[in-house]
Amino acid sequence: MSRINKPRIKHKHSRVNLSKPLNFTFDGKPYIGYQGDTLASALLANGIKVMARSFKYGRPRGIVGSWAEEPNCLVQIDMGAKTTPDLKATQVELYEGLVAGRTSGWPSLAFDLKSIGGHFSRFMPAGFYYKTFKWPAKFWPLYEHVIRKAAGYGASPIEADVETYDHKHHHTDVLVVGGGAAGLLAAQLSGQCGASVILLDDQSEMGGYLLSTPNTTIGGKNALEWRDSVITELQSLPNVQILTRTTAFGLHDMNMIQAVELLQDHLPHHQRNAIQRRERLHRIRANKVVLATGAFERPLVFGNNDVPGVMTVSALATYFNRYGVACGKHTLILTSNDSAYQAVADLAAGGVKVTLADVRDNINAEWDAHFKQLGIDVFTGFGISEVLGSNSVTGARLSKLHPTNPMENFEKDLLRRRVVNVRDISCDVIASSGGLSPTVHLFCHDGGRPTWSDESLAFVVSANGRANAGIYCVGAVTGEFQLQKGLEKTVQTTQEMLASLGKSATNTMALNTNEIAPNPTKAIFHIATSKKAFVDFQNDVAVTDIQLAVRENFKSIEHIKRYTALGFGTDQGKLSNVNGFAIAAEALGKTIPEVGTTTYRPAYTPVSFGALAGAHVAETFEPRRYTAMQASHEQFGAEYETVGNWMRPWYFPQNGEDMQAAVNRECLAARNGVAIMDASTLGKIDIQGKDVREFLNRVYSNSWSQLASGKCRYGLMLNEAGMVMDDGVTACITDTHFLMTTTTGGAANVLNWLEKWHQTEWTELEVYMTSVTDHWATASLVGPKSREVLAKLCSDIDLNKDAFKFMEWRDGTVAGVPARVFRISFSGELAYEINVDASYGNYVWQALMAAGKAFDITPYGTETMHVLRAEKGFIIVGQETDGSVTPLDLDMAWAVSLKKPFSFIGKRSLARSDTVRTDRKQLVGLLTEDPTIVLKEGAQIINSSNISPPVAMFGHVTSSYYSAFLGRSIALALVTDGFKRRENVESIFAYAEGKAIKAKIVSSVFVDAEGARHHG
Amino acid sequence: MFVITCPHCCEAREEEEFHYEGEAFIARPVDPEAESDEAWGDYLFTKKNPKGWHWEMWNHATGCRKILVLKRNTANHIIAGSWTLSDARKEYDNERATA
Repeated sequence: MSRINKPRIKHKHSRVNLSKPLNFTFDGKPYIGYQGDTLASALLANGIKVMARSFKYGRPRGIVGSWAEEPNCLVQIDMGAKTTPDLKATQVELYEGLVAGRTSGWPSLAFDLKSIGGHFSRFMPAGFYYKTFKWPAKFWPLYEHVIRKAAGYGASPIEADVETYDHKHHHTDVLVVGGGAAGLLAAQLSGQCGASVILLDDQSEMGGYLLSTPNTTIGGKNALEWRDSVITELQSLPNVQILTRTTAFGLHDMNMIQAVELLQDHLPHHQRNAIQRRERLHRIRANKVVLATGAFERPLVFGNNDVPGVMTVSALATYFNRYGVACGKHTLILTSNDSAYQAVADLAAGGVKVTLADVRDNINAEWDAHFKQLGIDVFTGFGISEVLGSNSVTGARLSKLHPTNPMENFEKDLLRRRVVNVRDISCDVIASSGGLSPTVHLFCHDGGRPTWSDESLAFVVSANGRANAGIYCVGAVTGEFQLQKGLEKTVQTTQEMLASLGKSATNTMALNTNEIAPNPTKAIFHIATSKKAFVDFQNDVAVTDIQLAVRENFKSIEHIKRYTALGFGTDQGKLSNVNGFAIAAEALGKTIPEVGTTTYRPAYTPVSFGALAGAHVAETFEPRRYTAMQASHEQFGAEYETVGNWMRPWYFPQNGEDMQAAVNRECLAARNGVAIMDASTLGKIDIQGKDVREFLNRVYSNSWSQLASGKCRYGLMLNEAGMVMDDGVTACITDTHFLMTTTTGGAANVLNWLEKWHQTEWTELEVYMTSVTDHWATASLVGPKSREVLAKLCSDIDLNKDAFKFMEWRDGTVAGVPARVFRISFSGELAYEINVDASYGNYVWQALMAAGKAFDITPYGTETMHVLRAEKGFIIVGQETDGSVTPLDLDMAWAVSLKKPFSFIGKRSLARSDTVRTDRKQLVGLLTEDPTIVLKEGAQIINSSNISPPVAMFGHVTSSYYSAFLGRSIALALVTDGFKRRENVESIFAYAEGKAIKAKIVSSVFVDAEGARHHG
Repeated sequence: MFVITCPHCCEAREEEEFHYEGEAFIARPVDPEAESDEAWGDYLFTKKNPKGWHWEMWNHATGCRKILVLKRNTANHIIAGSWTLSDARKEYDNERATA
């Protein structure tokens, strides 16, 4: 047997292609790796040990794991707009030209300033930041700035993402999560009986741990051959879909699984397809879910166990067998179970010098013989009390474990009795195994809890524990860590799962393996030491931190977690959980199941915002609705505001006007000449049936019994608590046909509301409701000259003011187009709302513009609409109201009919003790002492100019504008006992942004209180 | 992320097609004016809000726009069934009679 002398080895089962070298850089230096490497395996092959600095103490850190469990080596991939922070080097596939940066270590990896602090780490226990930087509270922002800089990991990209993402929705009979041995078998059995199957795995190829243990045989076949034969069959089945590089990161109600597929990140930049997506989010609704998520190996916890070169046995075996990288020339392996033995044998057979320490006193005879043959030194009943070395492992101190309580400090006792039971071993890599921790994350996302198994020494899930929800578990996640037994149980569980789908499957494959039956694992989690022993590397949580948290009376594991940061960050319990729980249990004097687990929540691994957003970004973030007149608005230079998805013209600046100048001009045109607004967005509900009047009587606060055909009425809609929820004008078309308008934003809610009452309470009423918002285009022609403009286009409606009165409607033609014209006004001016088939909307708008040209017709937007209505004291639902305002608070008793026989929605509530109070907040007008000051909307109403707290507040400004027509500012406000204050014209102050502005309380109607203008 | 079967359409559809409409079987008092402030306040604001089985209304808002009733466990989101209002009422009354 030849000894190896460099990390990269030739290996017949290695997945790395040594004939395809790849150039990459890490932390600014160039390196060479090979096709099939991960960044981690390539760095290890280049002899790099220190790849990161720890979070709190700045201690040097190296690779610990081989996949998603890696706690230390977070890297920044790429630069500029494509940069991605905090990827695990173990999960980054190497490609030609890859640029990777460190995410920790300042000023450099070789020297981290925090490591000076690390020497004083006993002064930085759990809760250090809470305790130290708490006082004075106002300095926290300053502390936080410095702490965040010191602690930070990778940098978020600051440029807009140039990549694209999408979503794909699936419905499938069976989803198998995990492509290890158990997952492959479950998918094969499911596929064979014709079920639609999706099999996904987060790695670049299927196989799971089989890739790391190629000397295992299944049914007489080498593990990789067995894998290949199953994959070949799966690929031949049209009902089976295989997804690699796809991580199921969330399991939600009713078997909705979200999985993200990396489509291009593994390719060199020049091979990436610019029009292809970077990542795809799969949203999979599965009838049955089979979780074959496997397990992560947990390390044992011992002194200085964070020195670079200390890793898990499974990671060591993976680098050796899968990537052809020997992490060291002399390896010390410490284990509490037999799962490490195959790795010991593989490494020794591959030329690595191996020393084995087993915390148990006895070793399986078959393995013992094998180890002797391979020349392996074996220490039984020993643990590692301390790792030697600082920037990399140089050796370890082995010490004999206490026979009954291995976690108790035994050393002093031994020294006192002069027992020579300490051995210093020299080595350059140390790997430990404390047993396996099933990857139960997905199982727990929707409320499932794992159970503790004393036999497996792990939190496990049962094979059919959630069968009623369609969730089945196979393989190591169930705590069955032996391959053959695991596969046999997989057959059984899959058959049960398929039977529930009405299908039957028969396994025809031989599943016998070459495993040696293992001895039981020893329940040991940490080994006594006087050195710092880390449980959670990523968050620098040591055994002593957990013990301190318990001493400080944290009793719930959820609290201990938050106080110490155990399992925070990307770890999420993958590596640190069980050791942390066990150490907490020991300190609390409880058993591990009594302590329980923390809560597993999505996402299992970090997911990019891009994948979650998919195509719902920028232009396609939210649908935009445009009215039929959009082309005209565009031509006239509209600025827009969004109202309930509608893009409504806000104002139309001309010749470089600012907003205020445009609004002033538009307002004056409406009051003095003629102006035009697009009112198409108002919600319109067509209501028909013999009981429409009665229905309206019930849902509106005013009466509809007498409204004749050809007339309209304004209505207030209340909720059952008596509060205003919507308003609008409704027209009586015929006795059994009404057209209701709603606010733009409330249209959909109002229709739901009406339908709910009709379907649940008043099924006897014959009414049919149809949304017709999009069917009509509406132009509001507003101003004293509006009649003259309309007359030029409309000859079949008598526009005489006595023939076509305010609050009436007529059918006719406008510009030759059939139109329904309403004489209603939201501005207080003479006004006509001209409704035409939406297809003619733009044509009629342009005809009105042409007809109005001689009168200098002026288009206006929502801002002018607001000013005009505020001048009249007309409310906007949602601005003057907030769900706590009754019609009486708005001084709108005229819109409430208490005489109607049916108790309309909200009526009873208007008589509750709170709603009948006369000192409620009531709607009033405000006029500032200085007419040029426009109050801030939302300003608080206070009694005096004294603004030093506490200050009593008794209302707020709801609307505030500059009125060009009045030549001064106006405002509306909800003020406690406002009506009485209005009577007395009381002075108040409106406070906002440090200023208290004096104003007097007046009527909310500022223009034309007697209504002469709109009747004109 | 429920899948809800609409008893009107007889189709299992994604939750996004539906709109929650609150607790089912809260009857509006026949003569509201005869109710005391306390009883009326109870009708308005007091909801069962159980941890466990809950009878609730949903609207198949982007489908048939009809109201349906679900019996759903609020603790684990298991849906026992979905019915039209009148069928659900029978189930609900049966359940209360046997409880």
